[in-house]
Amino acid sequence: MNLKGKVWKFGNDIDTDLIIPARYLNTSDPEELAKHCMEDADRTFAGKVGKGDIITAGKNFGCGSSREHAPVAIKAAGVSCVIAKDFARIFYRNSFNIGLPIFESEEASLKIEQGDTVEIDADKGVITNVTKKETYRVKPIPPFMQELVAAGGLINYGKKKFKIK
Amino acid sequence: MPMTIAEKILAAKSGNKHVEPGELVIADVDLVLANDITAPIAIKEFRAAGAKKVWDRTKIALVPDHFTPNKDIKSAEQAKMLRDFAHEQKLTHYYDQSDVGIEHALLPEQGVVVPGDLVIGADSHTCTYGALGAFATGVGSTDAAFAMMTGKAWFKIPQSIRFVYRGKLNKWVSSKDLILHTIGDIGVDGALYRAMEFTGPVIDKLSMDARMTMSNMAIEAGGKAGLMNPDETTLKYVKGRAEHKWKVFTSDPDAKYEKVIEYDCAKIEPVVSCPSLPENTKPASALKKVSVDQSVIGSCTNGRMEDLRIAAQLLKGRKINSRVRCLIFPGTREIYLQALKEGLIETFVKAGAIFSMPTCGPCLGGHMGILAKGEVAISTTNRNFVGRMGHTESSVYLASPAVAAASAILGRIGTPDELK
Repeated sequence: MNLKGKVWKFGNDIDTDLIIPARYLNTSDPEELAKHCMEDADRTFAGKVGKGDIITAGKNFGCGSSREHAPVAIKAAGVSCVIAKDFARIFYRNSFNIGLPIFESEEASLKIEQGDTVEIDADKGVITNVTKKETYRVKPIPPFMQELVAAGGLINYGKKKFKIK
Repeated sequence: MPMTIAEKILAAKSGNKHVEPGELVIADVDLVLANDITAPIAIKEFRAAGAKKVWDRTKIALVPDHFTPNKDIKSAEQAKMLRDFAHEQKLTHYYDQSDVGIEHALLPEQGVVVPGDLVIGADSHTCTYGALGAFATGVGSTDAAFAMMTGKAWFKIPQSIRFVYRGKLNKWVSSKDLILHTIGDIGVDGALYRAMEFTGPVIDKLSMDARMTMSNMAIEAGGKAGLMNPDETTLKYVKGRAEHKWKVFTSDPDAKYEKVIEYDCAKIEPVVSCPSLPENTKPASALKKVSVDQSVIGSCTNGRMEDLRIAAQLLKGRKINSRVRCLIFPGTREIYLQALKEGLIETFVKAGAIFSMPTCGPCLGGHMGILAKGEVAISTTNRNFVGRMGHTESSVYLASPAVAAASAILGRIGTPDELK
């Protein structure tokens, strides 16, 4: 998997209320959620994010609630992937389960700046900062998570492995 | 091989004799939980996968507690999705408005979760049931849908951190202060991916209500679970209410922990978490200049009987400051009725508080107590993120019921000792 896009940079501990405020959780429609993606962190984000753009952040991205609406909103806004130093546990799980690519890299999280263009080679685990002409290593994705991604998310994985009534 | 309580439960439920941190297992769950925000996505996933019947209609709990009583048309549609699905699948643990409560107060109270259970919930505060000696953790809607179809979930065995609480608790220091102090110490990612295990003589003396408050906030330190080893207090609580057999798992004395962190509780004063992360803790006594517009007492963190009794003790014969809106939410109907019997509701209303139905409403800025720009709330809930209770320029301070009640009377952050 290769991804390339322009970066929108956020800070540490970006919580799920910043990603998708609870006032919009009276719907689960991805298009509707996308309109409010990152709204309480950057009011203008949904209007300016382009298809394929990338979010980078510091530590503990997606902390707080279990709302799957958070990765759903990001994905539906057209964001191709999120790069952070690390992710909160439920957000990490949810992203793999719904097929939003996420990458952990402390170096990338520190060095990539707002507006940089970066390219990710997921198979090799390398992020290339096209603007700065630098490369960063990605923390390897555990084999089970790779299986989930290959199956097309948790539900498809489950349909292959278990009996569904 | 010695194991922690977390490892023992995950080993037993995944059919292993022994598990090690880092290992990945697929385990059988005892209960899957979702609410009116998270279940709609799970139901859509369930249908999209072509599933016709849930794996076990007695092991799925749907609790519409967030935007209920329905706050608007869209919320009503979401709540209806749960109702229709529950009836179609003949779910035994669907809680409509006639018996709803805040999920994490309700399910332990009704004996739906017991010691030794493995529970996943599409709600981050599912970790509350760790107080019963169950391994319980928050997941997303897709995980919930997967478990509704298969009865299974995947888990990475977490490393465990043991917290030991010793010493004598100071006056007005509650389990809420202990957990806020702990989060302030280790940070909002201090237990990321870890099982937190709360132990020590102070924990042993806590009631079940107080224990659930602590386990509830494990997620605010990034924890996967917040466990306590079952003891006589636990068993006394579950006897008479347990719906199914329980099994007591306890950590071996020589179990391996990533870290052991000890606290001398005599050094802990009433604690307040300042905006906009639960780790920003300060002693309540250092925040006397912060005036408040709203005081919220309730939620899955502090909406139990013991919490209401403390609030009533302080509000009895006193008046809430005329500039403050004090909102009190009981966790469940049983708690509501008990408060009624004990005369607490009369005390609250006479003091000028608003006493409401059980709902998560204001905690997440949903409804029934939203903050305007610039307003300040003190709240016994669990999160004080930017915009959590309303406008992005409003702010939330987290505290115990005692501090929230005292602050409602004082019109500013303060402690019960300051009340005349």
